[in-house]
Amino acid sequence: MSTVTTFRKRPGTTPPPADPARTRRAGRRQQRFAYVTLLAPFTALLVAVFLVPVGYAIYLSFFSEDHDGLGFGGGRTIFTGLRSYLAVLQDPSFVSGFGSIALYCVIFVPLVVAGSLGLALLLDSGLIRLRRTAQMLLYLPHAVPGIIAAVIWLYLYTPGLSPVIKLFAEADITIDFLGLHTVLPSIVNIALWSGLGYNMVIFYAALQALPREVLEAARIDGAGGIRTALQVKVPIIRGSVLMVCMFSLIAALQLFTEPMLMNQATPMVNSRFTPNMYIYDAAFRRNNYGLASAASVILLVVTCALSFAVTRWAGRRERSAK
Amino acid sequence: MTTTTPMTPTTPSGGPPAKPPTKPLGRPFGKSGLTSRGVANAVVLIAALYTMMPALWLLFASTKNADALFGSDIFSLGDFSLSRNLSDLFAMDGGLYGEWYLNSLLYAVGGALVGSLISVSAGYAFDKYEFRHKEKLFGLVLTGVMVPQTVLALPLYLVASEIGLVNTFWAVFVPVLFNPFGVYLARLLSSGYVPNEVLEASRVDGAGELQTYIRVSLRMLGPGFVTVFLFQLTAIWNNFFLPMVMLSDQHLYPLSLGLYTWNSSATVSPEYYPLVVIGSLLAVVPLIVAFVTLQRYWKSGLTAGSVK
Repeated sequence: MSTVTTFRKRPGTTPPPADPARTRRAGRRQQRFAYVTLLAPFTALLVAVFLVPVGYAIYLSFFSEDHDGLGFGGGRTIFTGLRSYLAVLQDPSFVSGFGSIALYCVIFVPLVVAGSLGLALLLDSGLIRLRRTAQMLLYLPHAVPGIIAAVIWLYLYTPGLSPVIKLFAEADITIDFLGLHTVLPSIVNIALWSGLGYNMVIFYAALQALPREVLEAARIDGAGGIRTALQVKVPIIRGSVLMVCMFSLIAALQLFTEPMLMNQATPMVNSRFTPNMYIYDAAFRRNNYGLASAASVILLVVTCALSFAVTRWAGRRERSAK
Repeated sequence: MTTTTPMTPTTPSGGPPAKPPTKPLGRPFGKSGLTSRGVANAVVLIAALYTMMPALWLLFASTKNADALFGSDIFSLGDFSLSRNLSDLFAMDGGLYGEWYLNSLLYAVGGALVGSLISVSAGYAFDKYEFRHKEKLFGLVLTGVMVPQTVLALPLYLVASEIGLVNTFWAVFVPVLFNPFGVYLARLLSSGYVPNEVLEASRVDGAGELQTYIRVSLRMLGPGFVTVFLFQLTAIWNNFFLPMVMLSDQHLYPLSLGLYTWNSSATVSPEYYPLVVIGSLLAVVPLIVAFVTLQRYWKSGLTAGSVK
């Protein structure tokens, strides 16, 4: 700081040639103060709401409350090693939660990627009237919070409330959106409704950034609109496609809000339908924090492993493509 | 321009071959242009109806009282009880809905303002300064991007219950400030919007580093700030798992959790149904307003996020 003041005392002159090293040192000190100040709040959050909780969950997953004792003040905490992990992994309801997610992904990811990519290509083709309005309407559901989207659709699935079911009933078709085989597609539909426009905007933005020369070359080569779309445009924006796939998969693993709401309405969605619901159930209905922690850690590891694998794979493909 | 110009115009005389037409662009469809145009527009129209109809249903349903909601024709405008529903909504359970609304605004707007300031500052520091272990720390940020907030909810609850913060305002407000994606985005935007020369110039002028950040760089980062703010606003407004885990006092609930509890009450007492419907409608309004007014910002954010 002192050198800065000496600076000011001699206006109009160049920095004192006598000691440039000192000035640089002071500048560096000031810079360090600046970036420490700028980074401190974020780093504090990183530690407090990310590293510490994860560490604590890992720690807790090795312990469990022993209720078999005489019950002084609600039992004591004992070290149980990997027993919670074994319990979670051997619990059919936890494993079936991942099964539901896998089935959900098999239906949801292709639908959302194909749907939003198709719409983005159509909007990019220059054939669509009122393009901005269409884009706005398609994007609208993203502004609807997940729980409210789930409420709306749940009501549209509820007999008596739903105009859709009434419409089908008039044509003598009984349709049950919350039955054994329809409940998962019904959940997929909610996610699709929310995600279609959002992912379309991502694809559309990527398409708009395509170099015009490439498209012109394709046109001169005689490629039609559909061929240009599928064989020229899509391969170039495959990075965005991959990113959408990855985020859809990660989001699918976290599925909670929609099935939690469905759980109130139909017995087809049980209280451990997805891994996150299992965690909630273990912690707050069964009060087993050891079990809930172990399940959280497993879900965390699976999520990280999945995104790591996808990025690695994408990186390798990118490199081999060059 | 519905018909296409032939690729190579035939030249009757043996003159020099005509140059291929350089224009027009953006008319890539061939002779079947008219039909493909119709099909394309129909597909987009159907998709737009699909996204719009449930929202329209919400709009119409919110004007119905409990009987009409279960009645035959939801899209008719007979029996218009919007104002009844509104006054019922804010009167039910001692005005809980109003409290939830204020809570949501406080969590989302306050959290997004503070949170994006924290993220943008950190992203700027990552972009403009060199320090030891910088890339390692940034690696942690990227890990944070990959880890969804819901995975952290239970671990956060365990820590909060250890230090006695469960069921307080801070139990929800502090965790939502953490936005590693915002840091990533801000670093990207900072390298795009704030030229390094600006920093050097103000260093030569003798301005302090933080002073430069607040007076010059932050202003240049304005659009980026709005982008990060919007992302975070949406995320907090939509947040459901964390408040559900943390809060048991209904007076601290955000809208998402409040409407969820009312919906579970509705299965027992149906008079809650119209309230959930109109409550949902009002809960959508702030985000729509934010998106429409700040439209051009989130688009630039999406582009930045997807190009990288």
